[in-house]
Amino acid sequence: MAVRSNFKNMTLCLMVIGLVCSALLAFVNQLTQEPIAAAQEKKTLDALKKVMPDFEQVSESEIEYEGQNYHCYKALSDTTVVGYAVVSSAMGFGGPLELMVGFDAQGVVWNTSVLAMNETPGLGAKCTETDFQSQFEKFDPAIRSLAVTKDGGEIDAITASTITSRAYVQAVSNAYKLIQHIKGGQCHE
Amino acid sequence: MNKFQIILKGIFKENPTFVLLLGMCPTLATTTSAINGMSMGLATMAVLILSNITISAIARFIPDKVRIPSYIVVIATFVTLLQLLMQAYVPAIYETLGLFIPLIVVNCIILGRAEAFANKNGILDSACDGLGIGLGFTLALTLLGVVRELLGSGCLFGFRLIPADYSILAFVLAPGAFIVLAYLLVLFKKISK
Repeated sequence: MAVRSNFKNMTLCLMVIGLVCSALLAFVNQLTQEPIAAAQEKKTLDALKKVMPDFEQVSESEIEYEGQNYHCYKALSDTTVVGYAVVSSAMGFGGPLELMVGFDAQGVVWNTSVLAMNETPGLGAKCTETDFQSQFEKFDPAIRSLAVTKDGGEIDAITASTITSRAYVQAVSNAYKLIQHIKGGQCHE
Repeated sequence: MNKFQIILKGIFKENPTFVLLLGMCPTLATTTSAINGMSMGLATMAVLILSNITISAIARFIPDKVRIPSYIVVIATFVTLLQLLMQAYVPAIYETLGLFIPLIVVNCIILGRAEAFANKNGILDSACDGLGIGLGFTLALTLLGVVRELLGSGCLFGFRLIPADYSILAFVLAPGAFIVLAYLLVLFKKISK
């Protein structure tokens, strides 16, 4: 069985194992860095494609609004703006619920997509399904009431998941306010 | 004991979930659907085989008093490798398993096999033991996932079998995990008698 331990061989042993393991990890980390970044980029691009009208290119920016930092995207086709998208989050039932909220050039919600969530499977997790999300498609908060029916709005909450539904609505609503703010600042361009 | 017997032993006589009752945290938490349970089982199996092989190869050179830290470093390395590779090539599965991938490091099945088997046996035998125990774990998790998914959301590997209105939500949540695990344990005991 194992060698008798003394100070010297214990130190040596841990040192060698530590060195070999970290070298291996550094190597694989370098190898996977690009695919990981690519996978994340693809995820963002897929979400952008889903939430905005067809576009050719997209520009990114960080915008601060009401004390919060938002990650915004502007979609361009040739030189005309065809849509906007905002990464917006709100506190759900199991932690932050992060959405990508897309708008067309007029500032009407085009579609939404869930980027990250930690809601209860079978309940709040249904917010990733089209049944719930389709309610937000082409939703114009200027003429319709963006809130769950319980709060007097027009969005049907997910059964037994009012907190998740409210968070979803909240995130969309925050994104909408931000877009109104941006468009307000740019209309005389 | 020949290689085949070692593998079979891991699946039945020493099944990590149903007989040894080890690694209960990922067992209960990740089996909300059959596919989740199976991917967790396979991820654990990959780490288990690799760590068993490595540990049986280096156990002779490790001083007794530092063997646990050494094993943990080896296991943690393999888990991190797996995590990086999954993140790069199967991001969808990586996202559903999330936190439970890094937690494989502290899964007691892996350290348990290193201590109980790999450091006393040859490389090939240890690899077989890893494969057997890993298969046992994967089968148990998949079975648990199948039952929970079928009762809880009416699906099987994502295909709907029962209309959504007839599913029993509790089975997807934590209580369902305990209930199903208990019934499967009883069943396994009954059959193996």
